[in-house]
Amino acid sequence: MADLFPSELAVINLGLPAFGQDIARQGAAVSSPEWRPPAGGDPATVAALTRMLAWPEAKRQRVAEANREAGKRLVAAQPVAVAVGRALDLVPGMTRKHVLHAGPPLTWERMCGPVRGAVIGGLLFEGLAKTREEAEKLAASGEITFDPCHHHQAVGPMAGIVTASMPVWEIENRAFGNKAYCTLNEGLGKVLRYGAFSQEVIDRLAWMRDELGPALQAAMKSHGPLDMRTLIAQALQMGDEGHNRNRAATSLVIRALGPHLVESDLPKAVVAKVLRFIDGNDHFFLNLSMPSSKAATDAIADIPWSTLIATQARNGTDFGIRLAGLPGRWFTGPATMVDGLYLPGFKAEDAAPDIGDSVITETAGIGGFAMAAAPAIVRFVGGSASDALRFTQQMYEITETENSAYAIPALDFRGTPTGIDVRKVVEKGILPVVNTGIAHKEPGIGMVGAGLVKPPVSAYRNALQAFVETYADK
Amino acid sequence: MDRLIVRKDTYLDSVFLMSISADLGRMDGVQLGQVVLATPANRQLLTGMGFEASTLDSLAPTDLVVALRAADAVVLDAAEKKLAELLARRATSQATEGPRPLGLEGGLQALPGANLALISVPGEYAAYEARKALNAGMHVMVFSDNVSVEDEIALKQEAVRRGRLLMGPDCGTAIVQGVMLGFANKVRRGPIGVVGASGTGTQEVTCLVEKAGFGISQAIGTGGRDLSEKVGALTTLFAIDMLARDPNTKVIVVISKPPAKPVADKVLEALAKAPKPSVVHFVGSNRSDSERSIHFAPDLESAARKAVELAGGKSAPSANPDPALVARERKAMAPQQKWLRGLFTGGTMAAEALAFLRAAGWKIQSNLDHGAAAQSARGHEIIDLGDDEFTRGRPHPMIEPAPRVETLMREAEDPAVGVVLLDVVLGNGSHEDPAGAMIPAIEHARKRARERGGYLPVIASVTGTDGDFQGLARSTAALERAGVVVVGSNIQAARVARAILEEAAHG
Repeated sequence: MADLFPSELAVINLGLPAFGQDIARQGAAVSSPEWRPPAGGDPATVAALTRMLAWPEAKRQRVAEANREAGKRLVAAQPVAVAVGRALDLVPGMTRKHVLHAGPPLTWERMCGPVRGAVIGGLLFEGLAKTREEAEKLAASGEITFDPCHHHQAVGPMAGIVTASMPVWEIENRAFGNKAYCTLNEGLGKVLRYGAFSQEVIDRLAWMRDELGPALQAAMKSHGPLDMRTLIAQALQMGDEGHNRNRAATSLVIRALGPHLVESDLPKAVVAKVLRFIDGNDHFFLNLSMPSSKAATDAIADIPWSTLIATQARNGTDFGIRLAGLPGRWFTGPATMVDGLYLPGFKAEDAAPDIGDSVITETAGIGGFAMAAAPAIVRFVGGSASDALRFTQQMYEITETENSAYAIPALDFRGTPTGIDVRKVVEKGILPVVNTGIAHKEPGIGMVGAGLVKPPVSAYRNALQAFVETYADK
Repeated sequence: MDRLIVRKDTYLDSVFLMSISADLGRMDGVQLGQVVLATPANRQLLTGMGFEASTLDSLAPTDLVVALRAADAVVLDAAEKKLAELLARRATSQATEGPRPLGLEGGLQALPGANLALISVPGEYAAYEARKALNAGMHVMVFSDNVSVEDEIALKQEAVRRGRLLMGPDCGTAIVQGVMLGFANKVRRGPIGVVGASGTGTQEVTCLVEKAGFGISQAIGTGGRDLSEKVGALTTLFAIDMLARDPNTKVIVVISKPPAKPVADKVLEALAKAPKPSVVHFVGSNRSDSERSIHFAPDLESAARKAVELAGGKSAPSANPDPALVARERKAMAPQQKWLRGLFTGGTMAAEALAFLRAAGWKIQSNLDHGAAAQSARGHEIIDLGDDEFTRGRPHPMIEPAPRVETLMREAEDPAVGVVLLDVVLGNGSHEDPAGAMIPAIEHARKRARERGGYLPVIASVTGTDGDFQGLARSTAALERAGVVVVGSNIQAARVARAILEEAAHG
């Protein structure tokens, strides 16, 4: 009986504050928390969340267990750089007629300016077309297979274009045996990933294919596997977050590979050029942190019952996510404009919508999620050092676990928030913090700024609704 | 001239928003002032009023939208300034209170032993919050309405499975362990347990029990649909079982609209099995017999009297109208004053009066007959001002007397109105002075009748106790000073009204 009529009533009053005041006046225990509509008030999403709450205990337990497992796998990941080689030789399913791009699937017709420019550049680089016009005609002809990098165990920054003869990093997740690939970073300014395809861009790609790639390949062979987890952990303690700031990690790579380059049979001039090239590009390491993150998240690409996010990616047209529990299905919303600061001479009107696979870093628990480790970059996104702490701290609200390998000094060496739970994202209305660069909307101009992404909430809501629908009768 | 003002991601509770809307609407020159959250329903409402659809369509349910209409921009500017002040006042008071915990989880962290969740969020989110509360092992009272019957059934099944009480949805009144929840009156604790599908019905019965010197063990609200065939009395049966086993409850009272036979049978079976006597009042039914341990009461007052009697008390029979009073009231009425205007804030009070007068052979128009075509000629009318048609976008008339005041002000101009019949409901949740708020309109209506050479009797009952913060004695005295005949219960008021108008017709 005591159970049914508790001896003392203690009330949580959700909604009208006056009711709570009435109860308090009677001397009864009451808490009147602040209340906001769940899921931003979206009726279909609230209905899905309510259905999920109504699942039998055993079923809800399965979700919790699947998420625990997925979180464990992300934390256990051991990404190791093992080689540099040609995309055609290493990337699964790659052919000479394939052009891989960033983000969810996309047709030529729907591609934004920078992606089109990069496609043109890629076709010129491969010698499949001689002129821009020829390249455009070929791209529209249906002869070329456009595929997301993500469908080939790969990732690409910004436009993310990968063609057959480009050199790529090969990363192996030693804990689970899966591999991931990414091109080499071209540097800043007029570069393919921002949609540039002038002769200077094509020439650089050719040099990367002919000298940089083979040089790194030789250095890697001599050095042996390069442990990415250790390297990223060190970089986080040196002010990087692994997405928008890669200065520390890039330096660490030079330290590791420098002696091996020098000891190689390469001509002195080539070694010097390679080292200068890496030194001149603070983002050199981005193309290692991205496939490392991809190798980690691919280990949760198929975990039935899990609501963790396995992929986030955008292509300048769509922002898409995939869930561990719904393998192979993309949920997309329109790519949004980035909220950020612009380089001198550029303004918001110049920007292309949000683009690139680099959000894989946040999906794996670094990047924006590790912002507290990189106070130096907060100014780029218009904030203060305390904002950096706040961004990371808020991400613990929507993640499954913490990665103790990636400890943040400013948070007393607390591990980075890891494993984004789509249900928490939707329920709490807290979207993942994503750092990013901003591309010019016209092909070929390059980076114009950097800032924070506002992912489209519809992608997350649709994913959750599909999850509930899929597992409703299981 | 229209103006739409949008504040993105600004959630504020509906009662506060309605009070701001009312403040804006009262400003000189403002033809329309609506402050609402941009839910699909509200967006449709504003589009229907002629506000710009393209702006509204882009909004989310967490966005605040203010729709203003006035003759010129000067008035609109003034209204916008006033709005900023009203919202800022709220912000300041929140700032001084310090940060509040967020949501049910935050509440549980602040009050870990919490065992009941009182949910009054907008209906579309109520099932979600109720689920979370049930999953956390709590009892739940859902005050919110607009919850689908499917959600209601699923929630109630889950509550039963967990051995938890789920009151509502649309449950306005409960008293649990002596704590008043929602709209309820201050009554002493005692041997009578009430299970009510109707809020004001429960209030009337608990107050009459208090007047008779007895008290209430628990008053459990079930929500208006609980005894429908679909829901099958899940909460009523659960509550009867709780009260049957509760050592502090000696008598069980059940109040509901007349349910379908199979549901009624289940409820009566449960009552018959309980080891204590019970009283049942089906609002609108005048059944007054007994079967097994169950005693049927023909009205709310009889239900209270019977319960007191079964608990060992004595109660005088219900007062019949005092002939002298009836004669006094009808003496100065003009011959054309033929019709009753029953203006009720409590739905059950309206239904009780309607059933009683119809049983006496009266033809009455009422908005309680949903879907019935309105007659062109006006006769007797009983209006439930708590009905959706009056409450859309504004608070319930028990909180906000304005709709009834406005209605009475209009009726004051109708020379054919013979008697005005009112309910006045006190207690937690109600307006701070429901009697006082009506008095100017009552005095005006009586004055207009006198100016036309007649006299307007106003008959009222006050549902409340002296423990209520508005005060039963104080409210009654104020009404009487204004010339209102105040009697001891809603059914007595209906009887007096009937006597006056029937005598007038015959005399």
